Amino acid sequence: MPEFPYLPQTEVEIEEMLRAIGVKSIAELFTDIPEKFDVDLSIPASADEFTVLRDLKELSQRNSNLNDLSVFRGGGIYKHFIPSAVQRIAGRGEFLTAYTPYQAEISQGTLQMLFEYQTMISELTGMEVSNSSMYDGASACAEAALMSVRINGKTKILISQAVHPEYIDTVKTYCFGGNIQVDEVNFDRKSGQIDLSDLKSKLSDDVSAVIVGYPNFFGVIEDLREVRKAIPENVMMIVSANPTALAILRAPGKLGADIVVGEGQPLGNPPYLGGPGFGFFASKEAYIRKMPGRIIGETKDGEGRTGYVMVLQTREQHIRRNKATSNICSNQAFNVLLASIYMSLVGPKGLQEIARRSYDKAHYLAKRIEKMDKVRPVFTGPFFSEFVVEFKKDLSSLNSKLLKDKILGPLDLGEFRDDMKNHGLICLTEANRNEEIEFFAGRLEELE
Amino acid sequence: MTIFDATVEGRTGFRLPEEKSYGFEPIDVLPEHLLRDSRPELPQVSELQVVRHFTGLSRKNHSVDSGFYPLGSCTMKYNPKLNEEAASFEGFSQLHPYQPEETIQGALELMYNLQNSLCEITGMDDFTLQPAAGAHGELVGMLLVKKYFELKGDTSRKKVIVPDSAHGTNPASAAMAGYDIVEVASNKDGRVDLESLDRLLDESVAAIMLTNPNTVGLFEKDICEIQKMAHDRGALLYYDGANLNAIMGHARPGDMGFDIVHLNLHKTFSTPHGMGGPGSGTVGVKTFLKELLPVPVIDFDGQKYRIVYDLPDSIGKIRSFFGNFGVLVRAYAYIKTMGSDGLKRASEMAVLNANYLRSKLVELIPTAYSGICKHEFVLKGTKLISEYGIRTLDLGKRLLDYGIHPPTVYFPLIVDEAIMIEPTETETKETLDHFAATIATILEEAKENPELLKLAPHTTPVGRLDEATASRKPKTRWSKGS
Ligand SMILES: Cc1ncc(COP(=O)(O)O)c(C=O)c1O
Repeated sequence: MPEFPYLPQTEVEIEEMLRAIGVKSIAELFTDIPEKFDVDLSIPASADEFTVLRDLKELSQRNSNLNDLSVFRGGGIYKHFIPSAVQRIAGRGEFLTAYTPYQAEISQGTLQMLFEYQTMISELTGMEVSNSSMYDGASACAEAALMSVRINGKTKILISQAVHPEYIDTVKTYCFGGNIQVDEVNFDRKSGQIDLSDLKSKLSDDVSAVIVGYPNFFGVIEDLREVRKAIPENVMMIVSANPTALAILRAPGKLGADIVVGEGQPLGNPPYLGGPGFGFFASKEAYIRKMPGRIIGETKDGEGRTGYVMVLQTREQHIRRNKATSNICSNQAFNVLLASIYMSLVGPKGLQEIARRSYDKAHYLAKRIEKMDKVRPVFTGPFFSEFVVEFKKDLSSLNSKLLKDKILGPLDLGEFRDDMKNHGLICLTEANRNEEIEFFAGRLEELE
Repeated sequence: MTIFDATVEGRTGFRLPEEKSYGFEPIDVLPEHLLRDSRPELPQVSELQVVRHFTGLSRKNHSVDSGFYPLGSCTMKYNPKLNEEAASFEGFSQLHPYQPEETIQGALELMYNLQNSLCEITGMDDFTLQPAAGAHGELVGMLLVKKYFELKGDTSRKKVIVPDSAHGTNPASAAMAGYDIVEVASNKDGRVDLESLDRLLDESVAAIMLTNPNTVGLFEKDICEIQKMAHDRGALLYYDGANLNAIMGHARPGDMGFDIVHLNLHKTFSTPHGMGGPGSGTVGVKTFLKELLPVPVIDFDGQKYRIVYDLPDSIGKIRSFFGNFGVLVRAYAYIKTMGSDGLKRASEMAVLNANYLRSKLVELIPTAYSGICKHEFVLKGTKLISEYGIRTLDLGKRLLDYGIHPPTVYFPLIVDEAIMIEPTETETKETLDHFAATIATILEEAKENPELLKLAPHTTPVGRLDEATASRKPKTRWSKGS
């Protein structure tokens, strides 16, 4: 028998334990499983740590990683600077290897961290309550749709076509489950914002909520005040937001949003091929009992000491079962920890400066591109740090050339929509240095 | 003290590179009502303050790294450090989901191989790695069921059967897929009652969700009969694989006739629970459901790994991008390390540890069911009430004073005062002996001074917290001066 560093039982101990149990062999512990199920797994045999790490390192090096590239691609996952302290502190085993904080007395670290996180999300979104995370931005958006149906009992969701396409698809899948109808609302071809007249024409008594992006998938900032005005009071406004942008944009809560969700990855989480990040989820206080997911609250113990617990657990699956507000159990708490440490380090000014720089750099590049005659900025609506340009030539071959210069170029929107062939979504953040931007702009001028 | 209480205006733990601004300001373009009117009140603290704050918080947590964690149904096994090392490689962590296929061949290969390994371990034909957790996998499974019958044109099946011992996510997930839930009772042996099942299983049933070994740690011996019954009547069979840790290399859900399986990689495959997530609830299916899996799927054409979106019968997307890739890397590292021999051995040792601990504890507290168990077992704490006037909860809370995480209590619902214990294979015999001895000590305490238990814990950062008041008027965020 090879040695397994994770399995402590020695042969002597195994004998002793079997005797204590009153059986003769390990096999006897498996006699309740019908013999015909016996199987030899045909996967490779065990290996030592050093061989596994060598092989995995080699596999990882078959990927081009973002640290070696100039990244001008976003579309839901963003490359930001992450201070070293984030990973270094979060890596502590007391965070990483703890379970859900069901035993509050020995989970105060987790619970307080989540409570602080909820406060930060409330601040950014301008909403009264935040839960302690969903799986990702897309599923948070879908759960928001289901929540609106729980609240007002109507059966149709309107979603702007300018919301992230993967979010739209996820909303549809969840609504297929809930037997809820989903209608898409066009975006205005000029501004890139939701088409308010199309929105109005699609309103009806059975519409539960309208979902918009802030900024939307095209980077364009929706005028939430106008969207709110366009829909009746008894229709909910669900906003899917970029948390970095919220540092400089008016909080959706102040513009009439009922539920605000989004992907939390930009807050201190590495991109990881799109997961794990986390979904943030915030709403008005009036709806707290309809919310999905775990919520942390402050309370006291018998001696009057402040402590934190999971509240309103009677909404959740382990108590309410099929009547629960959602099936979610495990969430993305560890990723929330990364975000909490990140937000604590950068602070209000830091996050605003990150957002402002992303804005500044993106607008500079957009201006440069405006002057190139073979490339055309597409939308006139105000944008944050991403914008769409139409290329005269084939975008995918342009991207291949850029990649040779170690540039991860515009996201090809033709892969999402047939009517956006050779439209590229360009993204900038504070992590794009000015000299990178100059180089990229120069290459665009030459290649086009 | 919260991190907000430490704020001093002007302090920060962050510095950006010095760079020339291009002079573009949001205020130049955006109407005023779309500009932030007040600064988000995030903490203003130095880097060392942040480090001390979070280090302080971490010390208030129990964790696998700090002590025994026999939390039933949660498989709190050791989370190997090598997994963390592998997941930290920048060739995995620094990947953008919209990078061209040819620049992420290593990542796609990892996912493809992991799919295949999971197929082999479970006896299924195909896998999706996308679901973010077990419950998410269950939802995917139930949507597959729904789509399957929809494509077949069978619209009469509106119900899903779930045992009364099932985890709460099972009925909740089936309900989210639009199904009515029918509960099937367990018999006195803790297994699905075949007669009741027979009665409930009619043409209106779309699927049966089973956990095997079930939540009381017993293998469903009648699985072949159940399988036949379900399929004869046209229903699909769903396997909650959260408990696979008991049977790797000994039995496979696919061979038992299950059509859909979800696995919790954050249990059996050693990825850390991270205070409640991220997890990964990968879903395996038999070939006839392959075309219905969520998009994208990862494929291999013999030369290149490909991301395939074109699957007309797919249930669609269930989240963004590819799943919790960082978690997949860890599970893959674990499977590589353990291999076919190690996985089988891990299951054997998990079952050995459980039965050994059980044999020591039955002398103190009766078990709910007799016979050998698999990876976990359930004790019945009613004796604590009758003999000492204490509840299971009190026993659990007193364990905290001894630095041990309590077992899962009051679940499954079919056992009164349930105490559900899952030691896992990574614990030593000494730890198990110590646990049994501690339970004995606590029962002695219960005899002599029950108040000691009722008021426990005494040594933790806080005592029992007032959850009722906290839920009546929830305070869910910090605010100045309160
Ligand atoms: C038997 C069983 N099924 C399903 C789940 C749900 O898994 P998750 O928390 O990953 O959603 C759990 C986890 O607690 C479980 O123990």
